[in-house]
Amino acid sequence: MAQATAQAAAHVEGQQHPIKLYLVVWGWLFVLSTCSYLVDYFGLHGYLRWSLILLFMILKAGLIVAVFMHMAWERLALMYAILVPPVLVLAFVGIMVFESSYTFFTRITFFGAGT
Amino acid sequence: MADAALVDPGIAPARPPGWRGIVTDWSSDQRAFKNVSWGKAMMWIFLLSDTFIFSCFLLSYMTVRMSTTVPWPNPSKVFALHIGGVEIPLILIAIMTFILISSSGTMAMAVNYGYRHDRVKSAVLMLVTAAFGATFVGMQGFEWTKLIMEGVRPWGNPWGADQFGSSFFMITGFHGTHVTIGVIFLIIISRKVLRGDFDREARGFFTSRKGHYEIVEIMGLYWHFVDLVWVFIFALFYLW
Repeated sequence: MAQATAQAAAHVEGQQHPIKLYLVVWGWLFVLSTCSYLVDYFGLHGYLRWSLILLFMILKAGLIVAVFMHMAWERLALMYAILVPPVLVLAFVGIMVFESSYTFFTRITFFGAGT
Repeated sequence: MADAALVDPGIAPARPPGWRGIVTDWSSDQRAFKNVSWGKAMMWIFLLSDTFIFSCFLLSYMTVRMSTTVPWPNPSKVFALHIGGVEIPLILIAIMTFILISSSGTMAMAVNYGYRHDRVKSAVLMLVTAAFGATFVGMQGFEWTKLIMEGVRPWGNPWGADQFGSSFFMITGFHGTHVTIGVIFLIIISRKVLRGDFDREARGFFTSRKGHYEIVEIMGLYWHFVDLVWVFIFALFYLW
């Protein structure tokens, strides 16, 4: 019985999606990359530039992980095990932002600006 | 049968949705990832650890860039190329981005044809992916040569903050190494696909386990990850 179940499962093999899906995602990745390149090409500055760069970056990363790496069809147990830990890096980012502001401040104070 | 239990994910039991399902899976007997083979789970866990490595590189880059009192060189100008007498900003990096994205597209299709047991299409698409990857590494070599000729060193450069060179060589060098390793493995796996190893379930020389087309998908996971890392490097290092 167990063997029969295993053999039945072997026929339903892997991830089966239409090729068209990959082509559509591929197209979107091209569009998003072009957009982020245009941000630089037109020389946008300040918060507009940074927010656009981050937006396009996150959209591209999401498309790659969800569709190309098939994460969207994986079981929740795997999805959370892989996707939650990297979010904790944001805490590290926060720590280092404070730390580097402090380093910058001490450099300005003790060594003078720009030398 | 024991072998099948390790490789063949089998039919996964139904679970309640959301967190209850996750807790049920994680606290269940023998394995947490019910319908994922050990090979795929381990590749995901390796990629997670690699994520932390690249996070540390990008974080240290952020830290030195934020804490330096000297202006950071403008990547838009540093990576510009003169084409036909016009200076186009960042054009080389943009082309490299499109090449790597295309390689991800062909890889995704190779995985799909692999599962359909279409050996030739799968292997050819993997070789195209490898060719894109090799082109990418070649362009990176060109970029490194150009910058080194212009005087960029890990300890200094002609345009601004000294930390630019060390961040650049460390981050792109590590990424380029990943691409190179990926190209080598793509060629090895595509040879196996073409030879029909996964149709015969031939045993691998290293693990002695039966080969399945899932290996193409695992290879794909690694390759898409390399593309994924480039998305972050492109945004945070080149565009910022």
